[in-house]
Amino acid sequence: MKSKGVRIAILSGKGGTGKTLVSVNLASIAEKSIYIDCDVEEPNGHLFFKPEKVQEEVITVKIPVINDSMCNGCRRCVDFCKFNALAFIKNKPYVFEEVCHSCGGCMLSCSENAIGEQEKPIGKVLRGFSGSVSVHTGMMNTGEASGIPIIKSLLNDSIINEELPIFVDCPPGSACIVMESIKDADYCILVTEPTIFGVHNLKMVYDLVRLFKKPHGVVLNKCLDGENPAEMFCIENNIPILGRIPFDNELGRLNSDAKIASRESNRFRSLFTSLLETVKKEVRHETTVNPQR
Amino acid sequence: MKQLLILSGKGGTGKTTVASAFIKLSSAKVYADCDVDAPNLHLIMAQNTEPKRTDYFGMAIAEIDPDKCIECGLCKENCRFDAISNENGFKVEPFACEGCGVCEAFCPANAVSLKSAVAGELMLYVDSNTIFSTAQLKMGSGTSGKLVTEVKNQTKTTANPDTRIAIIDGSPGIGCPVIASLSGVDMVLIIAEPSISGISDMERIIKTSEKFRTKIGVCINKFDTNLANAEKIEKFCKEEGLLFTGRIPFDPLAVCAINNGQTIVDVDCPSGRAIREVFSNAMELLFKERDGVEA
Amino acid sequence: MKIAIPVDNQNLESSVCPSFGRAPYFLFYNTDTKENYYLDNSAVASQGGAGIRAAQVIADHGVKALLTPRCGENAEEVLRKSEVLIYKSIPGTVQENIDAFVAEQLVLLSDFHPGFHGHEK
Repeated sequence: MKSKGVRIAILSGKGGTGKTLVSVNLASIAEKSIYIDCDVEEPNGHLFFKPEKVQEEVITVKIPVINDSMCNGCRRCVDFCKFNALAFIKNKPYVFEEVCHSCGGCMLSCSENAIGEQEKPIGKVLRGFSGSVSVHTGMMNTGEASGIPIIKSLLNDSIINEELPIFVDCPPGSACIVMESIKDADYCILVTEPTIFGVHNLKMVYDLVRLFKKPHGVVLNKCLDGENPAEMFCIENNIPILGRIPFDNELGRLNSDAKIASRESNRFRSLFTSLLETVKKEVRHETTVNPQR
Repeated sequence: MKQLLILSGKGGTGKTTVASAFIKLSSAKVYADCDVDAPNLHLIMAQNTEPKRTDYFGMAIAEIDPDKCIECGLCKENCRFDAISNENGFKVEPFACEGCGVCEAFCPANAVSLKSAVAGELMLYVDSNTIFSTAQLKMGSGTSGKLVTEVKNQTKTTANPDTRIAIIDGSPGIGCPVIASLSGVDMVLIIAEPSISGISDMERIIKTSEKFRTKIGVCINKFDTNLANAEKIEKFCKEEGLLFTGRIPFDPLAVCAINNGQTIVDVDCPSGRAIREVFSNAMELLFKERDGVEA
Repeated sequence: MKIAIPVDNQNLESSVCPSFGRAPYFLFYNTDTKENYYLDNSAVASQGGAGIRAAQVIADHGVKALLTPRCGENAEEVLRKSEVLIYKSIPGTVQENIDAFVAEQLVLLSDFHPGFHGHEK
């Protein structure tokens, strides 16, 4: 589904650099907007928004069910499974749900129609409102291996109003769950911190957004006096710097109490308003110069 | 050899900062970085030698031979992962493919095959005394618990059997790579951040770790950024019967040290001083005999 | 009785492999006739579910007892349902473990760890 409102993904490579700080505050400043938390392993945005009128949807994956009476013990399903999710015990196949990838291959390989499917919950999507921000949170159950089906559900949501700007708070890293989160993004904001760890991991997501040909810019967070290796990296590579957020005790405290800084303080309201303006300008510029659609 | 794993749930709490300090304090001869997605330990623990590099092959990915493809669309129809597109002929989207083999099995023209692809690289640094095992997952690869397992296995095959302790720097989150790093370790030290999100994430990682029945210790990093939350965490530990190993203050000197490629115990600074107590409490729990069961 | 042991090398002086699911080889040993053979462990190449697959192999070979230092929950389930007893191996060589088993000195393994989830995505 194409959205007329712009879809902005916020990612970082390294955890704890400020993805949620930036995405929550930008969505908040934009007021009529949509905030989507794709960090389904450790979702945090909802702790800041404290959304109301929350509706919950359980996300499930399909797991095979063996109908023993129709099974002829040919073992074709067990031999087919690339994930070792089926074992052949006492002449009947047995399913190991947690290892199953829900590919449906066993069902397709059965000649006796002895395999059906049932839904297994792996997490949930919570949808609510904080003021006029529509807050969508994905939450994976502990012990599950993959949050991708939850992210797919979050981003394909037909409930999403197609005209409002969408801010996607991505998981840390650059593995496939991050790729899933930025798939349909129009623009990517990379958040980094002034440490060698920050730069090292910035390079990874920088490579990622270029691979996916996503227009991008950097927000330098936790800026201190002195040399900023992340800033130097951006300058050396001609990466637009969208804004600088200083390391600030008050900001840190507000953040650690899960308060939305731009709603609590004029200082931060201005900071994020100006950041949003810069982002909007960059997005307009990029989508005119490099139309993606 | 006792294995101590450093985890946090939330990213950016200071795992690598703590792990590197622990390596120095314990003079550990074996250490590993299991954050294969975004490894950082090598930036602090500078190595003198070139590592032994091994390609890591991830799961096999499907590939369609355009010469054999008859464009029947059966592959796309049966693919549960939206991994096949037919914009310019039928092609597999490598990042979406999960290697299930359904397309290969059901292609009437034998045009699909599963091929192993390099999904990362393992690195093993060995010098006269120490072993450092790490890896880098290739961008876009599946979050691979298997690569984490291989990082840990590399330490076992070459470690001197007399080695007392191995320090393992873990990854954020609670998924696959974390679960793989948890198996077989003797103790987990959880680095908590005194923020609402940090506490929420800490609870999830504790829940995940408890399933493995390892010893668990908790320490608070940057505790003075929010004293009220820091107290909440200490209280939580007491209520849950988890060892509270100590608290480390926020310290700008720590950032300087790290940016200079040093650990916080290589320089004289408040965080470095505080971490010594955390270390000593953690070691006490790590080497304590469990009643009736071998330590 | 036919027993199985995960081994690091294909000889009776080999150490027992610390991992069951990802052991390089399995030794199958008949305690009555002393006949034995080794098999490459096909589960080693698995992304995930290695324990399940390894347990499947053990069950398929008509084994009555497995000697191993550790075993995962999933593998344990396959073995238990296939009526294979799981004994905790002792430090030492394969031969020493076989002797201890025959002398009824080994205890049943009681602690099973959760699945490694070593698969991708």
